[in-house]
Amino acid sequence: MELFWTFLKIGLFSIGGGYAIIPLIQEQVVHQQGWLSEKVFADIITISQMTPGPIAVNTSTFVGMQINGVLGAVVATIGCILGGCVISISMYQFFQQHQESIYVAAALKSLKASSVGLIMSAGFTILLLTFFGTSELSRDLFAHFDWQSALLFAAALVILRKFKPNPIILMCLAGFIGFLIY
Amino acid sequence: MTKLKLYSWLAGINLFISAFTFGGGYVVVPMIRKYYVEKKALFTNDELMEMAAVAQSSPGAIAINLSVLAGKKAAGMLGVFIGAICSIIPPLVILGFISNWYAAFAANHTIMAILKGMQACVTALIIDIVIDMYQLIRQEHSSLLNALVPLAFIANVFFNLNVIYILVISIGICLLHTYYQQRKEV
Repeated sequence: MELFWTFLKIGLFSIGGGYAIIPLIQEQVVHQQGWLSEKVFADIITISQMTPGPIAVNTSTFVGMQINGVLGAVVATIGCILGGCVISISMYQFFQQHQESIYVAAALKSLKASSVGLIMSAGFTILLLTFFGTSELSRDLFAHFDWQSALLFAAALVILRKFKPNPIILMCLAGFIGFLIY
Repeated sequence: MTKLKLYSWLAGINLFISAFTFGGGYVVVPMIRKYYVEKKALFTNDELMEMAAVAQSSPGAIAINLSVLAGKKAAGMLGVFIGAICSIIPPLVILGFISNWYAAFAANHTIMAILKGMQACVTALIIDIVIDMYQLIRQEHSSLLNALVPLAFIANVFFNLNVIYILVISIGICLLHTYYQQRKEV
């Protein structure tokens, strides 16, 4: 039950997603509840980045698993996604029902525009990670330039813009090339 | 498509997409576009944009929120449950498996090499969808909306402004703009 509430809280306060919510989870799970040590938490973040699925979901699964086995994993994960699902569905319903209102339409348009900006910044972060192996902006950034990854990225982008292939097939292909070159 | 067929397609596609959500969740946007919009025409590109905006502005993971919204659009309330459950099963199962020997997993060179290749591709996918989304915004022919995109980007990347403030401020600006336009017309 404690697991469920903690992760419901984490889910509800993690607006923006991705890397922004790591400190939030850390605060709850490591400092407040003391379920995990700093070391194990750092390992979990590494694993979450390597396995598919959103980081919040992966972390809740992992923490739940460590504390209470499979049941714990399921409970923590459901707690984590419940708030977001309910809120996004209600918000979408609201926008659908009040489409005629110019103010609601304006609000939705502004959300669309700023979301594109935010997804762009997520893209920028992961671009830095791909090119330089770090997401921190610093002076000696270019010392760590990884031209193989940059080339692979450029090739993937050109293929995407030109041929609109299936993204999953392209990802598998890139994984295979990674296996060959790194 | 019969109902049963639609439900099983939804379940399968959600499991599939979720198993390939590397790199923080945004990559589901191009995947949903490929399968729901381009292959099955369950909704339009513009509707996908609205859903992505709502999923991004709600708390929680954008990947899950978007799967749930797409499920609802395609198949109603049952679609919501299919979307939610099927998109958390792959991470649950995979993490369940590796949580016992994750140290060995993290040290494995082959796995790291494959992931690095995939990461380059995920980056390309996100940049690709951002270009397309920005073009859709430009079709509104509103210089205010056009400006909001880079402003949100700069506020987030260079000023580390919290996402919630960015969203609230941009809504505020657009509401004020609409209000003044209304007054001018009257």
